[in-house]
Amino acid sequence: MSQMPGVRGSVEKRRAKYAYLFIAPWVIGLLLFYAYPLFGSIYYSFTNYNIVSATKWVGLANYRDLIHDHLFWVGIRNTLVYASFEVPLSVVIGVVLALLLNMPIKGRGIFRTVFFLPTLVPIVATSIVWEWLLNPQFGLVNSKLELLGIKGPGWLGDPAWSKPSLIIMSLWGIGNAMIIYLAGLQDISKEYYEAADIDGASAVRKAWHITLPLLTPVIFFNMVMGVINALQVFTLPYALTYGTGKPADSLLFYSMYLYNNAFLYMKMGYASAMAWIMFVIIITVTLWLFKSSNKWVYYQGDD
Amino acid sequence: MKRITTALPSALAYLLLVAFGFLFLLPFLWMVSTSLKPNTQLFVYPPVWIPKPLEWSNYVKALTTVPFFIYLQNTLVVACCATFGVVLSCPLAGYSFARLQWRGRNTLFIITLAVLMVPGQVTMVSLFIIFSKLNLVGTFYPLTLPAFFGAPFYIFLMRQFFKQLPKSLEDAARIDGCSEIRIYTRVMLPLCQPAILTIALFQFMHSWNDFVGPLIYLSDEKLYTLQLGLQQFKQAYHTEWSQLMAASVMVAVPIIAFYFFVQRSFIQGITFGGIKG
Repeated sequence: MSQMPGVRGSVEKRRAKYAYLFIAPWVIGLLLFYAYPLFGSIYYSFTNYNIVSATKWVGLANYRDLIHDHLFWVGIRNTLVYASFEVPLSVVIGVVLALLLNMPIKGRGIFRTVFFLPTLVPIVATSIVWEWLLNPQFGLVNSKLELLGIKGPGWLGDPAWSKPSLIIMSLWGIGNAMIIYLAGLQDISKEYYEAADIDGASAVRKAWHITLPLLTPVIFFNMVMGVINALQVFTLPYALTYGTGKPADSLLFYSMYLYNNAFLYMKMGYASAMAWIMFVIIITVTLWLFKSSNKWVYYQGDD
Repeated sequence: MKRITTALPSALAYLLLVAFGFLFLLPFLWMVSTSLKPNTQLFVYPPVWIPKPLEWSNYVKALTTVPFFIYLQNTLVVACCATFGVVLSCPLAGYSFARLQWRGRNTLFIITLAVLMVPGQVTMVSLFIIFSKLNLVGTFYPLTLPAFFGAPFYIFLMRQFFKQLPKSLEDAARIDGCSEIRIYTRVMLPLCQPAILTIALFQFMHSWNDFVGPLIYLSDEKLYTLQLGLQQFKQAYHTEWSQLMAASVMVAVPIIAFYFFVQRSFIQGITFGGIKG
């Protein structure tokens, strides 16, 4: 028996050796593709890096220039406006759809598939379909509106309607969030409802007083992910406008302007500064959401 | 009375579901309908739903105006390589996090989770600088190589999966004198098939639908993926609506079909990763 600790120790050591071997690829990947780029971009944000000419340290010049850059502020404004409408709408519609799908109804599987389907469509294809649907003269949407006696707007061609158009398009892809809400609903214990039934509570009261409070952790999760994604919105508006953000810069989102600076004008130092400002904004908003969460997020078995 | 109060909400729910379902389905139906229209029926009022005759040649035209099959081949090469990469690297790291003891494990796992939160656009520019220094811009490597070194989300998923396997499994194998590598490849990996399938699907669909990566790194048209090809097709022929729809159908349908082929494990994968964290 006296030898056991030694033997055990060497086995543990051997296993640790393999543990390091197994984790080694990820450590390399973490350093090369995550850590270095992350910290590298701080460094680049203080330089005039542009691939072509020699790199020069410019101090805070990039950040100073950004403050006076009109399009930088346009990008921030557009992005915040988009996020503050898209995220709440997607929470409301996503929860409503999930609540409906959670009822004992025939053909639930089919409906779930129908709502999930759009998330599978590549974004460029989405942009093509919706551009045609929302075509001011020949689009299906405006021709249906005309039947109702409404003169349809210019949608993507009108600076006032381009963002609502984009929000409609992204809400079409709500299926992922909806599936997560649905899973959250199915996690809620049946006992709560049985107790409410005994008290004779109505369906609406049960939804409001049991389902919604118990769904708040999932709503919170989807909200955080939704905000992070909305603040980075890129592919859809890029595909729609080829990076121009037309009409009248109304679809010029922060990440698009960042992309244009980096890869169109080759101002990579400038773009790195933008990236870091974006990072700080995203962290701030996320932390604020987390802070607010203890006021409205209710965890099962918390009391 | 009891019957009415239970029947009414579900009838209302049914009505709402049908209405929403119709709205969600409409763009698909319109896409397919438009893709089969002769040009003369595109701009008529009221809109035509079932074109007469069905203009199948739109598909042929879309296939021949752009080198569709080259784009498809490029997309498949990128998607398969990246998928192979994550299947190789992520279970390995997940296993090490979940089942093996080593110093620094928890710290590294927290870092891995933190990295998950870093927006892609923060690292985008300096990643490009790295690849340009390595002379790899304009090749598929920037789109495939990182996958072989792991991705935080998939590593997290694999770790969660490995963690729930019973400890007795590996103990039995150890007593039998299996080497650590054999335990991993012969005992653990086969048990993880559902999780591996899930990350493979995620990665394949991500690569298939990826637009930003190819946009940044590929400039030679011969290397374009389907998404870039479709975008370029749109820019060049933006009034050829029926051909554009035909091309969109051809880019969207394979991935939708693929999804249905593996639907079950995929939906489980989403909820598993999203909630059960």
